[in-house]
Amino acid sequence: MSEGHAATMAEPTWQGGGSPFAVGHKKLGMWLFIVSDTLTFSALLLAYSFARAANDWPTPFHFMPSIVFSTVMTLVLLTSSLTMVYAVSAAHHDARRKAVKYLLLTGALGLIFVILHSYEWIHLMRDEGMYPWSNPYGTPLFGATFFGITGLHMFHVLTGVIYLVVVARGYWRGKWLPEDVEVAGLYWHFVDLVWMFVFPMIYLLSTAVD
Amino acid sequence: MTEVQVSPEVAEYTEVHRHPEPKSFLSKWIFSVDHKVIGIQYLLLAIVAVFVGMGLSLLVRLRLIMPETPIPLLGALFPVGAPDGVMTPEFYLAMLTMHGTVMVFMVLTTAPQGGFGNYILPIQIGAADMAFPRLNMLSFWCTFVSFLLLMAAFFVEGGAPMSGWTGYPPLSAVPEATVQGIGQDLWIASIAVFCIASLLAALNFIVTTLDLRAKGLTMMRLPLTCWTWFVTAILGLLAFGVLLAAGVLLLLDRNVGTSFFVPAGLVVSDKVIDHSGGSPILWQHLFWFFGHPEVYIAILPGMGVTSHILATFARRTVFGYKAMVYAIAAIGILGFVVWGHHMFVSGMSPYSAFVFSILTMCIGVPSAIKTFNWIGTMWGGKIRFTSPMLYSIGFVSLFVSGGLSGIFLGQPTVDLYFHDTYFVVAHFHLIMGVAAIFGMFAGLTFWFPKMFGRFMDERLSKIHFWLTFTGVYAIFGPMHYLGMLPHPRRYAEITGVDYLTATSGAADLHLFITVSAILTMLVQFVFLYNFVYSLIKGRTCTEDNPWEATTLEWAISTPPPHDNFAGKVPHVYRGPYDFSLSGAKRDFAMQCNDDKAVYGPGSAAGD
Repeated sequence: MSEGHAATMAEPTWQGGGSPFAVGHKKLGMWLFIVSDTLTFSALLLAYSFARAANDWPTPFHFMPSIVFSTVMTLVLLTSSLTMVYAVSAAHHDARRKAVKYLLLTGALGLIFVILHSYEWIHLMRDEGMYPWSNPYGTPLFGATFFGITGLHMFHVLTGVIYLVVVARGYWRGKWLPEDVEVAGLYWHFVDLVWMFVFPMIYLLSTAVD
Repeated sequence: MTEVQVSPEVAEYTEVHRHPEPKSFLSKWIFSVDHKVIGIQYLLLAIVAVFVGMGLSLLVRLRLIMPETPIPLLGALFPVGAPDGVMTPEFYLAMLTMHGTVMVFMVLTTAPQGGFGNYILPIQIGAADMAFPRLNMLSFWCTFVSFLLLMAAFFVEGGAPMSGWTGYPPLSAVPEATVQGIGQDLWIASIAVFCIASLLAALNFIVTTLDLRAKGLTMMRLPLTCWTWFVTAILGLLAFGVLLAAGVLLLLDRNVGTSFFVPAGLVVSDKVIDHSGGSPILWQHLFWFFGHPEVYIAILPGMGVTSHILATFARRTVFGYKAMVYAIAAIGILGFVVWGHHMFVSGMSPYSAFVFSILTMCIGVPSAIKTFNWIGTMWGGKIRFTSPMLYSIGFVSLFVSGGLSGIFLGQPTVDLYFHDTYFVVAHFHLIMGVAAIFGMFAGLTFWFPKMFGRFMDERLSKIHFWLTFTGVYAIFGPMHYLGMLPHPRRYAEITGVDYLTATSGAADLHLFITVSAILTMLVQFVFLYNFVYSLIKGRTCTEDNPWEATTLEWAISTPPPHDNFAGKVPHVYRGPYDFSLSGAKRDFAMQCNDDKAVYGPGSAAGD
């Protein structure tokens, strides 16, 4: 490249520290995946809202135990986002041991969430007789949307746990970079954020007002 | 071409997606991570699919003109669907469904974007490959699996699904509603896998376009082909996720017993279906939120290719480049807010219909801008009537013809009359089907020399163009009239309806359409022959730039080396369509030519 032509190139007008678009492939790719996945969850939550508006929607969840239990689940997931922040921060400070420790802790909290959630599912099916195709409270769509939406979310958490373990392993061996930890963090926070829509819409709005 | 040495900073930036040249046959041609090979794989898949889809439409047309006449071999292939070679109405619907699905998903979505986009985009932006080569391979193989799943639906008990390419419930959601069982499940599974493949591909296209452009290649210097692939990718990223969600819900309805799309009190064959609470309208909303952008996913790349080729062979810069870019973006954005115009007769509130109608009319504005600019590009140009140019001009014609009928259908009151008639069939085939396919013909004849180092036979291409161009108008022109009768679509047979059977001439028109269709199909074998023959024995192309075009793919050797630019990183100095320059040594300037190369040393001309 000859210097004379530098002037003919359009100079970036961005005046900040670094252009917000100047991100690596993986990070941009993850952001785009999150956009796309947002649309998938939005479709499900809109379908849920559609069904809710079109039917006489039951509100069977009681504060004790349903809401208390799901609040504990929410706290576990939120805490895992906090530990994820620590992991990303440690990775960027090249504190490898600490980063891996927090990554695995995040994965463990995710796993606890899945276990608690599964326990809740089994309880709802066995003790309450609530299934995707029928339930004792009212429209069968109550169970269908509940299991459909929380199921897809649980699948995302489970995938995330595996992803975190893979990243922890790759980062520990020096194969992957701090950037990869951050990208994994994007995914994890996204899954957490989805729950912050699922929890009020599926649980809180279906609470019995005694 | 002008090249720059790879600086360490650039190297770090671009090396990520580079990969060594594969040695074995398997890694070079089958599980390839090279975007060029993957592009060709997509194209081959689409060519297989397009002939399958064409065969299905042949059956559909035959059933319409001779419902009782046995067709040889068909009885042996489909003993249940066509006993003794006579197609049952259910079989007709299954063929119709599969024709639509194969064409929309496996041809119109794969070839323009997955095929040409994959092959050309990285080269046009000066990259060695897509941003995520492995993901690219995964996308193709998911698409391939999706195609196999779809084909499998023909051979399972109950046969292929018959709920249309739109998969409307309750027909698609309630197994009792049709004789078929697993065929519909395979259809849904195929679509779901296809969604995942398209999502990953879309993500890859966007990252590639944003991150891997050569130095100096600003967004407003991108060739219009790249703009359309980029916007198409954005549409795919946002649309396929919704279809995926809808598909999962439909699968649950069929197999788990949920009732997302099945209303209460549905009676099938005098039996009340044990579902309640759902709504088929919900599916329509979810489906068309995907379905309308899908129309633009099919047509946008064709628009890009057309703009590109018109400029190249008219030797004129694209008229209103910026307006073209804004029009592409506007079409992309508007495409997401008009899905309701597919549902005017679903009982939608007239107020919503009004809003959807107004937004639909708005799409006419960027579409007209594009058409105007295409004509403006050719106006006063020194047109070279090569076969890619003919196909591109054909695209403009078909786009206008198909687009004008869209204005009728976008009016709720007019649509009440035209909905589900042959008028709709004529409309979407012209604009989404045939126009997009003409875009592919144009792209293939244009890039064939670069891809394979040989030209396609110009004479055969021209014969193919004129016969196909006449043929498609002969097929779809009369359908407008059928729709005005109004002749409903999707029926295997019309009996006992006087206005359609006695005096209208509908039967004669159907015969004319079928004969035209069969002739046009035969002509496609000329194209296939041309493709295969040219691949093996076509006139060799040794030049880098046989068409005297301006974009980067013509600056590299033919066929391209493994990493496209042979280890160099190109530098871009100008916009994509610099033709007919005054004072220049040649009548065009390539994007990688600096002013010295264009005007000679010491010249002060240029921008």
